[in-house]
Amino acid sequence: MKNIFLFIRQYFNLISFLLLQVLSILLLTSASKTHETFFAGATNEITGKINSRYSNLRSYFSLQETNRLLALENSALRNALPANFQIPDSSFINAKDSSLTDSLGRARKYTYLPAKVIGNTYTLQNNYLILERGSLQGIKKGMSVIGPSGIVGVVVESTDNISKVMSLLHRNSKVSAMLKKDNAAGSIEWDGTDPHYLILKNVSKSSKINKGDSVVTSNYSANFPSNLLIGKVASIIADPSSNFYTLKVRTTTNFFTIQYVDVIGNSRYNEQLNLENSGKNQ
Amino acid sequence: MSTLIKNILRFILFIGIQVFILNQIPPLHQFIVPYLYFLFILWLPFNLPRFPLLLIAFAFGLSLDYFTGTMGLHAAPCVLIAYVKPFLLNLLIPQETTEQSYIEPSLSSMGWAPYSLYVALLTFIHHFYLVLLEWLQFGDFVYFLGKVTATTGISLLLIFVTEMLFSRNAKFRTNQ
Repeated sequence: MKNIFLFIRQYFNLISFLLLQVLSILLLTSASKTHETFFAGATNEITGKINSRYSNLRSYFSLQETNRLLALENSALRNALPANFQIPDSSFINAKDSSLTDSLGRARKYTYLPAKVIGNTYTLQNNYLILERGSLQGIKKGMSVIGPSGIVGVVVESTDNISKVMSLLHRNSKVSAMLKKDNAAGSIEWDGTDPHYLILKNVSKSSKINKGDSVVTSNYSANFPSNLLIGKVASIIADPSSNFYTLKVRTTTNFFTIQYVDVIGNSRYNEQLNLENSGKNQ
Repeated sequence: MSTLIKNILRFILFIGIQVFILNQIPPLHQFIVPYLYFLFILWLPFNLPRFPLLLIAFAFGLSLDYFTGTMGLHAAPCVLIAYVKPFLLNLLIPQETTEQSYIEPSLSSMGWAPYSLYVALLTFIHHFYLVLLEWLQFGDFVYFLGKVTATTGISLLLIFVTEMLFSRNAKFRTNQ
């Protein structure tokens, strides 16, 4: 027994070094999930406060760009107003007092919640955004996030008032996408080289692709509504041995200046996810 | 100013500079990431015992991780250089004279050549381990080699500029 204590005393520094290393690696791989969420819950609020002060200060410098984007989005929304279209004549109006269905009886599937970006990185390999809106304000894990000019990422964690978004600029990010003109599906990833460009993989070589083709979200995604703009094809990476195209896509979202985003909740997200995963257990 | 207050201020300042200035710079290339924050650990006093040194380095790395959202990625290399630091100092400088008469490592307290070697080696170790951890998650060997070299170069440049801008005059240790 005495020898054990002597040993610990002699190698105290080495042992504490190894312990701290193991703790760091565990945090990194988040092998101990409870540990991470405990730490994250306690201090996300603190770093969130600091971040929100700083972003308040910084937001003044990009007011012009933010205004321009909002004006663009406003005009796009005005164009989509029903008042712009000729409505078929109906002899009576069927009023129904429920927010989940409209007058035609269609159920609402997607809800949009505005949120302010208070933290944002784009220089690392795994980038996250921090939003000032949390689970008390209706944010749940798995919701999708879009900016004024394109999609941004997916919510991975939320505390009471702050939530963390895995940006498209993350090495593990994967979003189901398709070409707008012929609906050829593929998946959007990031190779870590340039925050302006994403990689679209697994598009069948049967579709004809030109530079500048629009890439939008596909119908297959559980969290993103379909037909949201992701980017434009910038170049085609040649790979003669494969039956699939690998495309370089320039993002329409500018990740450097992003200020306000919308968080989209899918009311049938859990249902779809459970069904998709149910086959794996059999 | 006492050493304690000075180091607390440095802690906050280095984290702030790394998170709000250096991480906000649009990247030139995938391999070039400007890291300066770990200079805080290199500047910690000579006479700090090794266990507190490890704990401070861990807390320092982790507080950067909270801002970038990558738990443990920066904490691990910080603990490693904090562990290596005393060994390296023992090798590089005559203990009798320097460690007893000066407070912290600097150009004037250690001399040009030993201090440059000290900074270069610890910077390299830090980036080697940091990029190794990233490499284990993704990437290939070219990514690893390129990023270690480029990031070490940029960091050394930044540290050199910092030393030029804020020349710390070496303080002799007094009895207080």
